[in-house]
Amino acid sequence: MLRSLQIEPEKCTGCLQCEMACSYQAEGVFNPSKSRIKIFSFHEEGRFVPYTCTQCTEAWCMHACPVEAIVLNEATGAKEVIDDICVGCKVCTIACPFGTVNYNQDAGTVYKCDLCGGDPECAKACPTQAITYVDSDHGGLERMRAHAAQNLPQDSAQT
Amino acid sequence: MKHVIIGAGPSGVIAAETLRKVDPTSSIIMIGDEPEPPYSRMALPYYLINKIDESGTYLRKDAAHYGNKEIDVIRDRVSKIDTKSKCLSLKNNDKVDYDKLLIATGSHPVSPPIEGIGLPGIHSCWTLEDGRNIVNRAQPGANVILMGAGFIGCIILEALALRKVNLTVIEMGDRMVPRMMDQTAGNLIKDWCKKKGVAVHTSTRVDAIEKGSGDSLKVKLDNGEVLDADLVISATGVAANIQFLEGSGLETDFGVLVNDRLQSNIPDIYAAGDVCQGKDFSTGEYTVQAIQPTAADHGRIAAMNMSGKDTAHQGCVNMNVLDTMGLISSSYGLWMGVDGGESVHLCDNDRYRYISLQFEDDILVGAQALGLTQHVGVLRGLIQTKLKLGKWKNHLLKDPTRIMEAYLANTQAIGHNAGVI
Ligand SMILES: Cc1cc2nc3c(=O)[nH]c(=O)nc-3n(C[C@H](O)[C@H](O)[C@H](O)COP(=O)(O)OP(=O)(O)OC[C@H]3O[C@@H](n4cnc5c(N)ncnc54)[C@H](O)[C@@H]3O)c2cc1C
Repeated sequence: MLRSLQIEPEKCTGCLQCEMACSYQAEGVFNPSKSRIKIFSFHEEGRFVPYTCTQCTEAWCMHACPVEAIVLNEATGAKEVIDDICVGCKVCTIACPFGTVNYNQDAGTVYKCDLCGGDPECAKACPTQAITYVDSDHGGLERMRAHAAQNLPQDSAQT
Repeated sequence: MKHVIIGAGPSGVIAAETLRKVDPTSSIIMIGDEPEPPYSRMALPYYLINKIDESGTYLRKDAAHYGNKEIDVIRDRVSKIDTKSKCLSLKNNDKVDYDKLLIATGSHPVSPPIEGIGLPGIHSCWTLEDGRNIVNRAQPGANVILMGAGFIGCIILEALALRKVNLTVIEMGDRMVPRMMDQTAGNLIKDWCKKKGVAVHTSTRVDAIEKGSGDSLKVKLDNGEVLDADLVISATGVAANIQFLEGSGLETDFGVLVNDRLQSNIPDIYAAGDVCQGKDFSTGEYTVQAIQPTAADHGRIAAMNMSGKDTAHQGCVNMNVLDTMGLISSSYGLWMGVDGGESVHLCDNDRYRYISLQFEDDILVGAQALGLTQHVGVLRGLIQTKLKLGKWKNHLLKDPTRIMEAYLANTQAIGHNAGVI
């Protein structure tokens, strides 16, 4: 059974522990700007929304890549960037309609959530269970994805 | 079922792979006329700067990939299509018949009508062969003239600058990337290049090229200036590879004309990628976009329809991202705006930051950005989902950088969506 990150913004307090844990795991530094997961603040409502790649089945990033530098990890379902192959053309960053593939100008490559190989640090670091790692057929998760992807062309061949 | 694909670029390869997945028992033949394994033109700039070797440009890294998928790759040129007998003639005189045919032959660079354009030392940057020639001549310190500062020209510009050549750019238009960015952004890119030591002449054209001493060339500009060059690179536009279709009965305009199934006027023949005049998401018109994401989408959707899985094409959002010596720019959809629409621009000249959003009612229809590397893809999401922004349109008019928040507020379980407020 594949698992996915489930995000429940109403539980998020904006503490940024997830960003710290993510950047440390991925880049070896405690630096939110290097994190794959991001907390967006809605000061008007006093709310916070953690957001990262949903590992969508359409995989816009993977299909747009001209050099096969984004591949599917069959074990986790994550679409992973292979740094050595990525040329840094950034086409995936404009193709991902969720805005969750970013370019690292220092490294000259792109980066995105890879579910930490199946043991995501963000979920472990979250003190309020706003981010949990759950079975992928969890109903709420599907609704969240469906909502986020509304109106995007659905094309069954894109997996 | 026998599927034949002409062209082994990204569009052809993705079509072949999709066909294998959705039509497992079919026979699939892909015919390409370049000598190398299928590769990506987009990767050429990175080959020019030695970030990758030739194999780094290959679309699929495993040499056995096509064999494993039982995709038969033929290296030859298709010279003619007989649509009545459903048979192709190859240059080596072989014949290949088909049940369903995909034309994915891409485009070719167009040489400007300039005296001396055929001299040695003048190259396009379109194929791996071109890449090798450029690497040979573009040695550190060499005088290099780049004709054309459109999208492709600007992409090569960065690679040439990194090769430490003495670079001069000549562009006929009044700014850089005139078909991708507005005046403000185009001029900021030009300033940036000048600051980095690249001479950029806009509103200037090359009148003639002559042989100079030794291997060098003399390039005459319309302002009377004459420049010495060891290499001239021509990046003045491209045109679809449709010449070989003449007399076949296929309808063409700028590219092969198709319907929203990517099907041509001849029912068993489809087209995809740079050669296809496909539907534009933003305008609903049929145009040649000639970009990689469109080639990928076309390849997939054409293959679905070829295999009998009826799939409508909503149209592709025109989009580009460009790195000009570290200044990253991107543009989407109707970046130039629409009649009766509203727009917002935020510009920080000193930091080379710019963002501009175009709205129709409360829907985002186009965007441009300079210096934005984080979450830029959400602009595509907002445009392609035609997300109704509601009150977030006003928020964006005040602060256009809050695109991600606008998206989340309207799609995720916060605020009204969560029933919280
Ligand atoms: C230097 C450079 C940089 C680029 N950068 C970007 C970028 O950053 N972003 C972006 O979106 N796009 C970029 N592009 C454009 C992108 O590469 C093209 O849109 C893409 O290659 C189109 O894919 P395609 O499969 O339609 O055509 P192609 O890749 O051109 O493949 C078509 C193939 O068909 C072959 N062929 C043609 N006629 C025949 C025939 N009669 N018989 C047999 N074979 C034939 C051709 O030789 C070619 O191998 C760039 C292009 C270049 C040259």
